[in-house]
Amino acid sequence: MSGRALAKDQPASFAFTAEMTARLNQIIAKYPQGRQASAVIPALDLAQRQEGWVTRPAIEEIARLLDMAPMRVLEVATFYTMFNLHPVGKTHVQICTSLPCWLRGSNEVVKACKEKLGIGMGERSADGTFSLGELECSGACVNAPVAQIGDDYYEDLDYASTVKMLDAFKRGETPKAGSVTGRDGSAPAGDHLTLTEKPTPPAKQDFAAAKAAFEKAKAEAAAKAAAPKA
Amino acid sequence: MPKLTIDGIAVEVPANTTILQAAEQVGVEIPRFCYHDRLSIAGNCRMCLVDVEKSPKPVASCAMPVGEGMVVHTKSDRANKARGGVMEFLLINHPLDCPICDQGGECDLQDQAMAYGFDRGRYHENKRAVKDKYMGPVVETVMTRCIHCTRCVRFATEVAGVPQLGATGRGEDMEITTYLEGALSSELSGNVVDLCPVGALTSKPYAFNARPWELRKTESIDVMDAVGTNVRLDARGRQVLRVLPRVNEDVNEEWLADKSRHAVDGLRYQRLDQPFVRKNGKLAPASWDEAFAVITAKIKNLDGKKFAAIAGDTADVEAMLALKDLMTACGSSNLDCRQDGASLDPNARASYIFNSTIAGIEQADAILIVGSNPRKEAPVLNARIRKRYLKGGVKIAVIGDAAQLTYKYEHIGTTADVLAKIADGSHPFAATLKAAKNPMIILGMAALTRPDGAATLATAKNAADACGLVKDGWNGFNVLHTAAARVGGLDIGFVPGSGGKDVRGILDGAGKGEIEAVYLLGADEIDTAKLGKAFVIYQGHHGDRGAHRADVVLPGAAYTEKDGTYVNTEGRVQQALRAVFPPGDAREDWTIIRALSEKLGRTLPYDNLAQVRARMAFVNPLFKGVNKAEKAEWKGFGAPGSVAAVAFDYPVKNYYMTDPISRASRTMAQCTEEFVLAGSKQKSGTHG
Repeated sequence: MSGRALAKDQPASFAFTAEMTARLNQIIAKYPQGRQASAVIPALDLAQRQEGWVTRPAIEEIARLLDMAPMRVLEVATFYTMFNLHPVGKTHVQICTSLPCWLRGSNEVVKACKEKLGIGMGERSADGTFSLGELECSGACVNAPVAQIGDDYYEDLDYASTVKMLDAFKRGETPKAGSVTGRDGSAPAGDHLTLTEKPTPPAKQDFAAAKAAFEKAKAEAAAKAAAPKA
Repeated sequence: MPKLTIDGIAVEVPANTTILQAAEQVGVEIPRFCYHDRLSIAGNCRMCLVDVEKSPKPVASCAMPVGEGMVVHTKSDRANKARGGVMEFLLINHPLDCPICDQGGECDLQDQAMAYGFDRGRYHENKRAVKDKYMGPVVETVMTRCIHCTRCVRFATEVAGVPQLGATGRGEDMEITTYLEGALSSELSGNVVDLCPVGALTSKPYAFNARPWELRKTESIDVMDAVGTNVRLDARGRQVLRVLPRVNEDVNEEWLADKSRHAVDGLRYQRLDQPFVRKNGKLAPASWDEAFAVITAKIKNLDGKKFAAIAGDTADVEAMLALKDLMTACGSSNLDCRQDGASLDPNARASYIFNSTIAGIEQADAILIVGSNPRKEAPVLNARIRKRYLKGGVKIAVIGDAAQLTYKYEHIGTTADVLAKIADGSHPFAATLKAAKNPMIILGMAALTRPDGAATLATAKNAADACGLVKDGWNGFNVLHTAAARVGGLDIGFVPGSGGKDVRGILDGAGKGEIEAVYLLGADEIDTAKLGKAFVIYQGHHGDRGAHRADVVLPGAAYTEKDGTYVNTEGRVQQALRAVFPPGDAREDWTIIRALSEKLGRTLPYDNLAQVRARMAFVNPLFKGVNKAEKAEWKGFGAPGSVAAVAFDYPVKNYYMTDPISRASRTMAQCTEEFVLAGSKQKSGTHG
């Protein structure tokens, strides 16, 4: 994992759009007065959503807005690999290559992407539509191997399905997120193997009778306490 | 007050003390890299692991508060094994390049590896390599050696107040760097070198110069500003190679400003190493006898009223006393140690010292800074104000330029007349000062060197009286000097006697021809063009402005080359020891004046340093007590008058060059280029 330094070519300036500013102010308002620096991670995320990547002017603008030293913002931006410090394509394909995904064949997925898109890891296609990146464990190991595109996970990939998915993106479509083999969330592939029978309802209880018995016992205890001592 | 046992020693310490601090109190040393007394606790190096009974695993003692009944073992097998493991991890990526590392011999990692390291590595993978970073002209970096203790980051953020250092990336890719690899723009940046426990940050000017065991260490006092920072001079042969701070909680804690640390290479250039006499308009080398003969011919029969003396900013008290005695013997009362013309009142000591003391800043709860930029004039003192600011509950206001001082303050005016409004109570900040428990005014030289300086001083006194700055056990009237010699000169009375002329009078007189001879004791900050046709004797160590104008040059000693007494801005008498001998024919300053007095037939009554110091103590009993800041009596001073609504003219325009030593220093020239000229001057293609 390298390239956690700022990109060489940077835009001249950055400004949040009106919509993003409103969202940022909403986030800042969540924190106590004077603790606005707590909003730095969401602020960087908003900047990335707006520009596609985190630029140096964006870091400085966020530092100014949150009254922080630019270095403090840079530290956060370089710490989290989810922040792209270099320009990415319109479709930024990130493939999980951590151990579980690798065991389940992430190499094939990477190979499919490289061959289909003609770019290597950490590169961007000439027309700027695609870029390829690696992802640390995305926490969806049960559906390994996993690719993340935008905010969506595409799961249970193999060579063929990866190519199919990329083709859809190339056509400008957005394929349905989730398991490409049609699994229901992280349920087992194919038919369910457990909990197949109809669940039995809990044993029937007569709540009214139980309540009456309780009230009766309560009344008896009260009467006993109130009775004059012999 | 929890009680605990550390290595079998029972100790009772206040709650919130950490195990490491408690251990220090009973003399048990625990190894550490990231922990530092004066910085916040990080707890990331894990070297200070100790064994605490009933704790399932070793505990980082720097971050663990003590608990009632804790039983701590710092030298148990488990603690030692844990530290050995930490050391092994640290050394996985540390290049074992000690033979070519400047930190070698004074390296915490090296020392602790001797205690906890294993004699061979178990890792055969390639070590990680990190690109070196640029951090400015005084800090050299070899970032591969960094162990990520983050002391430098915490220092820059907390003490220096310039949050430009940080750690980017994570895990193996973590790197310490400045923002966009700019220079660390702090006057205290050199301290990160002292703080670095390994050789990642080392001194650039001192790189590959010497090993610590080759150096002769001498305790001295810094003269680059008026703080009187306690320093240690490390010399080899006849050269002072570096300056390091000494710990003095009352003055500098353990910090040292960059100019004080790095201007020392200026002592190697532009030195006056033999007497010079002006012949046919040019200074020609001469012997001491020739130089003295020329002076004697001019001075011996001169009327004392036509003779004057000005003492410079780095003169020691001994030399000033000898010169004062000589002038008195010659019948002259034209002498002044205030070459900037500051209207300081020599008759009231409280009017010219930092009465609250520097350590007293930590008690202050309202501070008014008038006509001073402490960041440039006294960076170490400014760090103390920042320390107070970080504790919270202090209101700081500034009258003067709205400079970046590393702490937030209320800017209540740019002109001096706002001070008059504080004095008459019409300004809201007067109420803040009145309400404060320990209010303080810091009066800078910019406020006193103006023509209405005496009136400003009187107004400041009125403000002090009106706002209750002086009360039982507290005197919040503070003058911040820029010259190391100033308070000492005032203390021995190096000021005009009755009917004598002050600096302005001397320069006017010299221009008009009323003054025929002027003795400059290291005085370079005066306008030498105003000396007119006067016969000028310059005694000093550098060929600077004064020497260029002189008719006779007497080579003196710099502060590293003599046993000298200096009085800092808070009136603390401190003695510096000689680290090396002056170059060539140069001599210690008071001995030159003593020798000259004999030629003039007015022999001064002292032959050795002890006798000079006895005379100092006789002139002012303050000099009996060394290292003490005596309290001064509060009485009237200054001259009533109106204060002009004019902005201040600050004395320190370029922090890196304020005196002959720093002007001759190459390092200071680089700093000037980096921090002062940057942006204002385009570099040419052939630059450098």
